[in-house]
Amino acid sequence: MPFANHTTSVPVTVDDDKCIAEKGCRVCIDVCPLDVLAINPASGKAHMKYDECWYCMPCEVDCPTGAVKVEIPYLLR
Amino acid sequence: MSAFDSEMKTEIVETDILVIGGGTGGPMAAIKAKEKNPALKVVLMEKANVKRSGAVSMGMDGLNNAVIPGYATPEQYVKEITVANDGIVHQKAVMAYATGSYPMIQYLDSIGVKFEKDGSGEYNVRKVHHMGTYVLPMPEGHHVKKALYRQLRKHQVLVTNRYMATRLLTGTDGRVAGAIGVNTRTGEFLVIRAKAVVLACGAAGRLGLPASGYLFGTYENPANCGDGYAMAYHAGAGLANLECYQINPLIKDYNGPACAYVTGPFGGYTANNKGERFIECDYWSGQMMKEFYGELLSGNGPVFLNMTHLAEETISEIETILHSNERPSRGRFHEKRGTNYREKMVEMHISEIGFCSGHSASGVWVDENARTTVPGLYAAGDMASVPHNYMLGAFVNGGIAGEDAADYCASTDLPAYDAADVAREQARVMAPTRRDDGLTPFEMEYKARRLVNDYLQPPKVTAKYKIGQARLAEVRDDLSALCVKDPHELMRALELQSILDCADMAAAASLYRTESRWGLYHWRVDHPATDNENWFCHTLLYKDEMGRMAHKKRAVDPYVVEIDEDEMGAYHQLRTPAIAAE
Repeated sequence: MPFANHTTSVPVTVDDDKCIAEKGCRVCIDVCPLDVLAINPASGKAHMKYDECWYCMPCEVDCPTGAVKVEIPYLLR
Repeated sequence: MSAFDSEMKTEIVETDILVIGGGTGGPMAAIKAKEKNPALKVVLMEKANVKRSGAVSMGMDGLNNAVIPGYATPEQYVKEITVANDGIVHQKAVMAYATGSYPMIQYLDSIGVKFEKDGSGEYNVRKVHHMGTYVLPMPEGHHVKKALYRQLRKHQVLVTNRYMATRLLTGTDGRVAGAIGVNTRTGEFLVIRAKAVVLACGAAGRLGLPASGYLFGTYENPANCGDGYAMAYHAGAGLANLECYQINPLIKDYNGPACAYVTGPFGGYTANNKGERFIECDYWSGQMMKEFYGELLSGNGPVFLNMTHLAEETISEIETILHSNERPSRGRFHEKRGTNYREKMVEMHISEIGFCSGHSASGVWVDENARTTVPGLYAAGDMASVPHNYMLGAFVNGGIAGEDAADYCASTDLPAYDAADVAREQARVMAPTRRDDGLTPFEMEYKARRLVNDYLQPPKVTAKYKIGQARLAEVRDDLSALCVKDPHELMRALELQSILDCADMAAAASLYRTESRWGLYHWRVDHPATDNENWFCHTLLYKDEMGRMAHKKRAVDPYVVEIDEDEMGAYHQLRTPAIAAE
């Protein structure tokens, strides 16, 4: 049973210019209750890897540089 | 597959007390156990990170059940909760909560949790319940988790973040012996041997499918998917009154609280499409939900939260509370929809079903010491059976569990366990990692939860429930094809299995109680009347020696606070007189 690739828009976006992941910051990744953020291997910055969001906002509120933005997922909006 | 080593890494740790769940009740259990006996080793296992985990990840906008001298007495509160639950309560546990309520508020105040006070420094308590006065706003309640975290560090509680407990270990003598956990980022195993275990894993809030179709658009934190209920069940503990579902009146699609408890004392109210009130009391009871459900289906639906008549300064104050605590993204939601509280009523709907004693009465059975039916195993918070206990109840009952567990540890040793149990559990956990193709956790979860909506949502119809059970059994058979490619998906695959266990328990518990009770929560269309002669009792669901789901009745203990016959009906007359007369 082969798999399909299913693409969705993601509610959490990270401004690469403001993100300081390269300095070792992992705050947003650490605090996410659903563990959906990770380092993007291509950019070295944080990104939303899994579209499994409770739009709860610790990632945005705790980010030290204001790089993270939470939107309401499209299906609920 | 490449993300998993073929050799499993397993670490074994020994402790006095293991607390599973680092949200609300869990940290308090750990803190109070250490306060009782600082020499004890206490490990707190958390699936996410204790800094921001659980239902109060972003704080809380108020206490819904504060029993504060001068406003309410423990006796009044016990009476209110007994009446709101149609009499089926273990009053001693509700009383233990009620008497612990005010000391806990003072303790939380002392560690930096902020509550609303008036000019003279007194708590500013407000009325929402039908009878008493118990609501204390928390306009600056966003610091709850930070205050807890400071105490965890101060008391040197050992925290293991990103480990998901999958099963409890049972000792060869029947006592609880610890738990098995798996790291959600590496797939490594952690076996924790303990003398006592406190379960504080939250509600089963990922059971039904939200109407939006978004799997994680739930009222509860979706990490609270029923792991605690499933672990307690497989360890042989009794689960009480699971048929008394959690169904909440929420902002449509956003699926967060509307929130009548916050807005009610300011003059906000629940209204139908004519802008009229149709219920007298916005307190979440089964009867209130039945009135809400009826209004939605009538020509008077949808149902709204109305604040349009309030003064500008009142609305600004409500916005400040609601948009900075508990679910702060609601402001963003309203903005996109063009909903301004000043001009437009907020459209509401009822939630999908779940288990939760925090708001309802469906939980792992506990007595007034937070003890389950398994020796050494405790439960607290949304997943334990103390009804309507909300955040403050999680703190109080968590504290009770921690203190009692500390005493219990003093007189017991570390139970022996069978290593074969660990090997069997590791094989179950890792099975989906051993397949190269098959079904994904996402599609299996979607299907299971869609079936919950189609067949288990009240009104409960026996014929639909039987079909639901058969279809859910088919999904369970499909677990043999479940396939994951990384540890994150493995976590979702394990959560799916908790959800399936909870769905089976919801169906079986509902079919067992052949009467209707608790308004919408247990409305059995084939048994529409309340039958006090046969069903004025708790139901306990448990796993029998053969591994089958079994049930028994448990008598309601003699009340510690007597209730008059005429008081018992207080929550049955919630419809406003003008509408009721139509």
